[in-house]
Amino acid sequence: MSVEVNERSEPEQRTDQTPLVKLVGIKKYFPIRRGIIFQRTVGNVHAVDGVDLEIYPGETVGLVGETGCGKSTLARVIMKLFEATEGQLFYDGQEYTRFSRRRMRPLRREVQMIFQDPYASLNARKTVGSIIGEPFRIHRTVSKGKIKGEVQQLMELVGLNPEHYNRYPHEFSGGQRQRIGVARALALKPRLIIADEPVSALDVSIQAQILNLLEDLQAEFKLTYLFIAHDLSVVKHVSDRVAVMYLGKVVEMAPGAMLYRNPKHPYTGALLSAVPIPDPDLAAQKKRIILEGDVPSPIDPPSGCRFHPRCPRAQLPKCSTDEPVLEVHHPGQLAACHFPLEDRAIMETAGVSE
Amino acid sequence: MPEPLLEIKNLKVHFPTDDGLVKAVDGVNLTLYPGQTLGVVGESGSGKSVTWLTVMGLVTKKEAIIEGEILFRGQDLLKLPVDELRNIRGSKMGMVFQDPMSSLHPFFKVGDQIVEAIRAHQRMSKREAMDLAIDMLRRVGIPRPEERARQYPHEFSGGMRQRAMIAMALVLNPDVLIADEPTTALDVTVQAQILDLIDRLEQEFNAAVVIITHDLGVVAEHADDILVMYAGKPVEFGERRDIYYGAHHPYTWGLLQSIARLDEAERERLRPIRGLPPSLIFVPPGCAFHPRCPYAFDRCSKESPELIPENGHHASACFLPLADKERIFKEEVLQRS
Ligand SMILES: Nc1ncnc2c1ncn2[C@@H]1O[C@H](COP(=O)(O)OP(=O)(O)OP(=O)(O)O)[C@@H](O)[C@H]1O
Ligand SMILES: Nc1ncnc2c1ncn2[C@@H]1O[C@H](COP(=O)(O)OP(=O)(O)OP(=O)(O)O)[C@@H](O)[C@H]1O
Ligand code: SF4
Ligand code: SF4
Ligand SMILES: [Mg+2]
Ligand SMILES: [Mg+2]
Repeated sequence: MSVEVNERSEPEQRTDQTPLVKLVGIKKYFPIRRGIIFQRTVGNVHAVDGVDLEIYPGETVGLVGETGCGKSTLARVIMKLFEATEGQLFYDGQEYTRFSRRRMRPLRREVQMIFQDPYASLNARKTVGSIIGEPFRIHRTVSKGKIKGEVQQLMELVGLNPEHYNRYPHEFSGGQRQRIGVARALALKPRLIIADEPVSALDVSIQAQILNLLEDLQAEFKLTYLFIAHDLSVVKHVSDRVAVMYLGKVVEMAPGAMLYRNPKHPYTGALLSAVPIPDPDLAAQKKRIILEGDVPSPIDPPSGCRFHPRCPRAQLPKCSTDEPVLEVHHPGQLAACHFPLEDRAIMETAGVSE
Repeated sequence: MPEPLLEIKNLKVHFPTDDGLVKAVDGVNLTLYPGQTLGVVGESGSGKSVTWLTVMGLVTKKEAIIEGEILFRGQDLLKLPVDELRNIRGSKMGMVFQDPMSSLHPFFKVGDQIVEAIRAHQRMSKREAMDLAIDMLRRVGIPRPEERARQYPHEFSGGMRQRAMIAMALVLNPDVLIADEPTTALDVTVQAQILDLIDRLEQEFNAAVVIITHDLGVVAEHADDILVMYAGKPVEFGERRDIYYGAHHPYTWGLLQSIARLDEAERERLRPIRGLPPSLIFVPPGCAFHPRCPYAFDRCSKESPELIPENGHHASACFLPLADKERIFKEEVLQRS
């Protein structure tokens, strides 16, 4: 069987383009401190541990991985809400790793974030109008008298009733609150939106509304997205390319369809096999790879390949001593594994019938 | 046909509130047999949890107006004296909640909490109960259960807490296990582990299992039957194949079309259900789904459709003629060949 990839985007074509965002060897460690008077560092949480990533204008890059693998930390490093421990950040070709607050200001306008929890991320005591209009007041991009009109336009754009301008967040449902978050993120006409689990807290029926909204906005405003979620079906649906993270590292990167049909990394294979499909017959054919044990601690990650204690294909000592690096397996598909899945393995892992 | 384990007859649970009467559950009928796994599906606020919390006696007549019957092996739980009730509910039925922290006490060791649960219903020494608890932790797949039993809930990962909850719910060998969104907060790999565990335990204990979820994908592999709820009422019931390969209700179609599918060939636009779930205080008249239903016609806003069997057990509450339902499902809902 030949693996044919039918994608909207051809990643190889992009090499001549400047990425909108480029990460080189990004690490973020959180020190663990002990001691009452003299605090000393007794270890580090290796939350992000050497990530290279390029996001091209107009594309959606999906970032998927289990809880605690470092997705949100990576997002915060890109926003410079956290300082990177190591590595370099580029925006539109310019390095901004050590930018001061003041120099970050224009960039903060162009890069916006949407968060998972629409409840926690909105100030409960402010009206929806003032929440969505806040970026205008901070960055003074719109004169005072015009803010209300602009905000109501934004509300309409994301499918909220502009007459609800003076209502408070608790008067809205979860899906509507997420729309408020989207409207606020759009206020400054950003180029890149980092969406951190934007639909994870919502029912499937409302999830679909928000995903369609994000898709429409991307087409209308030529937005670039970094879309973070632990739900692989959702990530694959929205993304041109998907990066799979495990314990602080990207272990595989490929266009979504390719990843689904022909995963190379055993962790990706396991993830795919675990995703529920609303089709009992297909689900029954699917060969499950049940991973044993929990994700190991990022304080003391396993030696060699971090996945080796849970990997069904691990061969010792190679996998426990040599750390695999990302290598090209097919054009556009990178994976970090010494014993990658064979090209045919997809038939069993994802349950595709010929 | 075996004896039914649990029969719910015309159950209504209404909460009086300052804003008005919340009709959280408004006429639920169903029968549960040993060894059966039932998937209960519906959007947030459709009354899924309240139905089963009422069965468990965790919603009572103190806070709600409860009507109808809940027959457990023929005995109406709503009429039993409190102490008998407590015994049945504690030992014959177990419930696992969406958020395991809400039912595991943060200040007590996990093992001790299971021991308490056992000793509330069975005469047993602490030593024996602890042995049983440890054995149960082992059976739900917790490694080194002797050590784990001495730890506090915060020392467990999300998946392990969920396992501990399942251990606690099953330790008294109940006839019914109710799992309320047991995997929503978990990663897919852990979710797969937990659902497989529930499957295995169902067979081992020959219990009836109820899995509550908002995602039809989650129960595709695990449920024998599916009950779809909308605004406090069942709108469709059928065997698993009836639902996934021939659903009859427009709301069920909407749920199926909302799911981003991993196996979609190329990016298809999702088809969400338009609008929002209704307020349960001002439920739309007629068919409660009519303001959101793309197929609604005159009758839908005037009369309320009954849940009527159309094909054996397969029942739906919708006025569309059967032939139309079958045609629409084939032509518009089923996208895959
Ligand atoms: N401010 C912090 N201080 C110390 N450790 C942190 C901090 N923020 C995150 N961590 C740790 O870093 C690791 C990665 O966390 P992160 O929140 O990035 O994961 P995630 O992939 O977003 O997970 P989730 O899916 O649960 O959101 C975790 O072990 C977490 O406990
Ligand atoms: N004690 C209570 N008092 C008043 N209203 C209540 C009470 N408990 C539940 N409700 C209401 O009853 C309705 C049904 O709630 P229920 O928890 O059964 O929904 P659900 O289908 O489980 O939704 P979810 O998917 O969000 O868990 C909701 O509108 C809820 O607000
Ligand atoms: S390098 Fe070895 S342990 Fe790591 S994923 Fe590949 S086979 Fe598994
Ligand atoms: S009864 Fe009418 S409104 Fe209700 S689901 Fe059927 S067609 Fe739609
Ligand atoms: Mg996160
Ligand atoms: Mg619920």
